[in-house]
Amino acid sequence: MLPPAPALDAATTPSGFLLVLSIAIPIAGVLLAFVLGDRYVRLVAFAMVPLELAITVTIVAAVPHSTGPLVYLLGAWPPPLGVALRVDGLAAVMLAATAVVISAVAVYAGAEFSVTTTKARAPFVFWILLLAVWAALNAIFVGGDLFTLYVALELLTFAAVPLVSLDGRPETLRAAIRYLLFALLGSVLYLLGTALLYGLHATLDIVLLSHRIGAEPASLVAAALMTSGLLAKTALFPLHLWLPPAHAGAPAAGSAILSGLVVKGSFFIIVRLWFQVMPGLPGFAATQLLAALGAAAIVFGSVLALRQERLKLLIAYSTLAQIGYLFLMFPLAFNGSGHLESGGALAGGLLQAASHATAKAAMFMAAGSIYAGLGHDRITGLGGIARVLPLSVLAFAFAGIALIGVQPSGASLAKDLLLQAATERQQWWWAVVLQAGGVFTAAYVLLVLAHALAPPDKPVVLTGPAPRLGDVAALVLALCSLLLGLVPWEPYLPVPYISPPDLSGLGTLSKSLLPVLGGVVLAILLSPRPHPFASSVRWKVAIGMLNRFRRGCCAFSSYVERGNGVLCEWPAASTCLLMLALLFSVLMLVAA
Amino acid sequence: MSGVTVFGLCAAAAVGLGLYGLITNPQPLRKIIAFNLLGSGVFLLFGVVGRRGAAAGMGNDPVPQALVITGVVVAFSATALAIALLLRLFQTSASVARSGRASPGDDPDQVGG
Repeated sequence: MLPPAPALDAATTPSGFLLVLSIAIPIAGVLLAFVLGDRYVRLVAFAMVPLELAITVTIVAAVPHSTGPLVYLLGAWPPPLGVALRVDGLAAVMLAATAVVISAVAVYAGAEFSVTTTKARAPFVFWILLLAVWAALNAIFVGGDLFTLYVALELLTFAAVPLVSLDGRPETLRAAIRYLLFALLGSVLYLLGTALLYGLHATLDIVLLSHRIGAEPASLVAAALMTSGLLAKTALFPLHLWLPPAHAGAPAAGSAILSGLVVKGSFFIIVRLWFQVMPGLPGFAATQLLAALGAAAIVFGSVLALRQERLKLLIAYSTLAQIGYLFLMFPLAFNGSGHLESGGALAGGLLQAASHATAKAAMFMAAGSIYAGLGHDRITGLGGIARVLPLSVLAFAFAGIALIGVQPSGASLAKDLLLQAATERQQWWWAVVLQAGGVFTAAYVLLVLAHALAPPDKPVVLTGPAPRLGDVAALVLALCSLLLGLVPWEPYLPVPYISPPDLSGLGTLSKSLLPVLGGVVLAILLSPRPHPFASSVRWKVAIGMLNRFRRGCCAFSSYVERGNGVLCEWPAASTCLLMLALLFSVLMLVAA
Repeated sequence: MSGVTVFGLCAAAAVGLGLYGLITNPQPLRKIIAFNLLGSGVFLLFGVVGRRGAAAGMGNDPVPQALVITGVVVAFSATALAIALLLRLFQTSASVARSGRASPGDDPDQVGG
């Protein structure tokens, strides 16, 4: 006999129908757009976005008043027969972040993808894909069943891949095919894991499965397969071969969604899997491996970002590094009794995801405005841009500051939470990585800002009008990320008490200044291009000493680049994927 | 050897062959076919899983069948999307049309990061 379902899910909660609406409304928009055709597609999108935003706000407002998660049972069938949709605090945070980012992107894209300005099908497709991405992400956040999550994940991939190749150039089409194929490899591994889990436990519902799952070898292998499949979709190092070309090649609004939101979908499923389905199973070694990959991603992504010549590629590699940052929470949540604890570390990781979503989307939007204004996005050619496109540069700067983790940004609160967890768990090495991550982020943000604020060699001529409204949207999004630390998170995330941000104290100042200073040094050392001090006479002695050191650093970063070239080959990356699945299985089996 | 074991071994073989093809073949079209083989292996595994319900005296477990049907639809759409992208790539870049025999540099997996 199957054990009865927990009382928690016995019935739909009063506002549960909103969860269905949050998925159904964007899909209705997609269908309506197909029916009405090219001319009304933007109108449909502009009607659906506020509606969906209102639904999300209602859901997020309802979560603190509910005793458990909000639940909707499809067809009133309780699991394991039926499928449940659930929204807990984590899902509410991600739903809200998604709604904010997509609304801002819709405002930004309003001018770029208005149907009258271009003859191509790109605008029509863009608005449909925007709504489809939103529906798929919401389905991932509210889905309470591993197979529902699989379908939602595939929907997300199918909506995200065409965003890469909207302009139809051969190189973006290649990037899209590569993204699709690697994502499919990842999702097949996930599906294989679900098949094994269903065979063992006769349910895929997350709550039920968490009661039934034990340390059977087959369950652990299934978990390892699912984890590595999801890592491939999240583009964690060394499975990132598809990310830079895909994210850098898409139009700015598409990149903002891909980089800010789409990778968070599969990340969120990993969180569900590790923290909710099997918090007691992964074991110490597997969490350490996951965070070690994250640490490697931070180093690789940041060093490569500093070597890029194009702004959009720099931001794409920065996404690679920031994805690594998200995985640092796993070992820090691992408590003394061998469980992954839903505590401060989890809250920190989720906050980092939300603040990266907003900041990175703002960065890509600002970069898109700069590209549209200049007709290129070479970093060395950005001189003087701050005078002609002040709003874009300001949005980029704010987003960068938010990512570095200057108070009161969400990233800073996340870093505090993770550092606190590192102290509690006595894993000082992750505290070092956390601090280094901030310094690396500062390095590439400052590199761009230094070029953007430098005086121009020749007068800057804009090729197109400055997109005012788009810049305002990017700026608002960047400010959101910068102020996320002030939001009261207690109803949603398990945030332990942290002293409120004191914006005037000396400690705060030094905490913000240290990464910035470290970033300046790193940017000078690791960027292969001449830095602004190179020609200065006053600093001659210091420069001479520095240059010797710098040559060593440049050699290191060119090795990193070469290594990255090898890892970005298809056979190497897909072999890495299988090796990771094997490694995770072995580590979990040893721990069990 | 029971039928379940035979089908289980077949599923494992299909998954193995599919993975091998997906990793080693440089041509996108072959990768897509390998993905389909891999998917078929996983679906077969779902069938085996459903068959185990028979041992518990339930005839057959219908849930894995429903999952397989959904999975087949998803795999079909994935294949259609991949083929559509590939066809567009063939149309937009003439060089790719010859990539089957000529330079491997036109394959999507050769696009550098």
